[in-house]
Amino acid sequence: MGSGGKFSSASAGPTSRGSAPGPAAQSPQGLDKPAAQSSPWVEKPAQTPQRLDVLRKVTPWLFLLVPLALLITFTYVPVGNMIYYSFTDWDGVSPERNLTGVDNYTQLFTRPELFRVFFVSFYYLAASAVQIVIALYFATVLSFDLRFRNLFKGILFFPYLINGVAIGFVFLYFFQDGGTLDSVLSWFGAGGDHAWLGDAESANTSLAGVSVWRFTGLNFVLFLGAIQSIPGELYEAAQLDGASRWQQFRHIIAPGIKPVLSLSVILAVSGSLAVFEIPYIMTSGATGTSTFVIQTVKLAFQFNKTGLASACAVVLLLIILLITWIQRRLVPDEKVDLV
Amino acid sequence: MTALPVVDRARRRPRVGTVLTYLSLVVAALVVLVPLVVVLLTSLKSSHELAQGGGAFSLPEDWLNLSNYVTAFRDGKMLRAFGNTAFILLFSITGTVLIGSMTAYAIDRFQFRLKKTVMALFLFATLVPGVTTQVATFQVVNSFGLFDSRWAPILLYMGTDIVSIYIFLQFIRGIPTSLDEAARIDGANTFTIYWKIILPLLKPAIATVVIVKGITTYNDFYIPFLYMPSEDKGTISTALFRFKGPFGAHWEDISAGAILVILPTLLVFLFLQRYIYNGFAAGATK
Repeated sequence: MGSGGKFSSASAGPTSRGSAPGPAAQSPQGLDKPAAQSSPWVEKPAQTPQRLDVLRKVTPWLFLLVPLALLITFTYVPVGNMIYYSFTDWDGVSPERNLTGVDNYTQLFTRPELFRVFFVSFYYLAASAVQIVIALYFATVLSFDLRFRNLFKGILFFPYLINGVAIGFVFLYFFQDGGTLDSVLSWFGAGGDHAWLGDAESANTSLAGVSVWRFTGLNFVLFLGAIQSIPGELYEAAQLDGASRWQQFRHIIAPGIKPVLSLSVILAVSGSLAVFEIPYIMTSGATGTSTFVIQTVKLAFQFNKTGLASACAVVLLLIILLITWIQRRLVPDEKVDLV
Repeated sequence: MTALPVVDRARRRPRVGTVLTYLSLVVAALVVLVPLVVVLLTSLKSSHELAQGGGAFSLPEDWLNLSNYVTAFRDGKMLRAFGNTAFILLFSITGTVLIGSMTAYAIDRFQFRLKKTVMALFLFATLVPGVTTQVATFQVVNSFGLFDSRWAPILLYMGTDIVSIYIFLQFIRGIPTSLDEAARIDGANTFTIYWKIILPLLKPAIATVVIVKGITTYNDFYIPFLYMPSEDKGTISTALFRFKGPFGAHWEDISAGAILVILPTLLVFLFLQRYIYNGFAAGATK
């Protein structure tokens, strides 16, 4: 790709030539180019403008064809169908389905056993609050120079990378009667044997604890990244002015990581509503630990109530969209645009 | 990631603060490590040892007792599970990289009608949590005859990954358009430019996407659980989940299975730490 080659093809390039066909384009090449090279010049103009125009219009769509097909097939078609199913009594298998209007929605909001699962979310919501506070504390601490900084960073983040099923088993063992947790507690003279997953309250608290263990690392890494993108001079200036650690946190770090903080809050809220893996693996939703998603999955795939399950899913989707919308309102400075 | 500058830390603050800071870090590290270490210890004990009691923290008699691993590997069909997971990983990651980079290229480098609409479609899809639409997605997958096939999770992983599009888009914006123009002048068409110029320059972004996507796919439970119920199609998540049945209360085997699944993640993490931190930070915030 020499510069000479670039130059000569530049004048033949479609962009510079497309709009200038005919004799006007032919006259210069007759002067300084041999006839043999001129043949492509003569042939092109006849069809170039139209073909190029079409080609230019089609090109981006060729790149977008597969992505859009997948996006529509696996996101938009399901969302559309789901809304439709939610107004039917379909069982998911038989060819017949009857429109039942808002019956599924009335059931959902009037049958307390269906609605109760929402309250389980509060355990996870509380856990998310704990998780964000812990992550914020360790991110702040570890953004300063400490011994074994990278080791602690690695240990705190690692649980987030572990397979959910493995985590489920690790903690089933951990919470066993006379298991790890009981042993640790007995060292401090507390407890003894306790069936941690035995009743609804302690089971949900235990499961929410597992979720803190698992997800704190993600929040921690997000906060750490945000804190480190704050220019170091700010701290130096603050320290020269005699600002304490707490003042530095309050006035430099907190405002600096506001967008990430608000993102974490929104992820925490929608995540708390959509908990599935850990309770399903550990308790299968027994002893009052069933969450909204576990119930939906059971309704759809065990009890063949696709219509009712779809209504559940629509309600969950609407709540999450609502929360996201509120968050975007409250923190408008966050960049969410694709371009 | 470098440490922030610290001005005479030790002198200004009382020693107690430093001690408390380290204490909190050590406690946190113990909270993370203890449950894992206990499972590791259990995986090395014989069922006889476990039956005798002796507590969760008692050490195994024989540190090299790997028989539980053999049982978990063989009876738990872990080899096939690793094979299935590798197959799904290979195709879904390749697909995600190609699809994500093509989308980002088309959106960033072309002006076309409906561009705003296309972007809005992708943007709105980020707000729809995958778990909520699964009931209806299931019907779509089923209608393609893909239920209980390894292609179902592959297509779902490729089709729903908007995070990778974001990562590529961020990166592609940093590649000067003059490179495209120079290539175009040399006679390269759009596809050649994408394939020969953009894609090779996207290497760092590709590394990020491969790592993030690889770890989340490796760990995913929900999709293989719903879409591939038959035993021979188990991924490591669903194969491990099946330990609940046959191994019942055989915690030494279950522990060995869990450690087998965690080990590859640990190795990847140790070798690629820095990229993993950056990748997750980029994936979640952009």
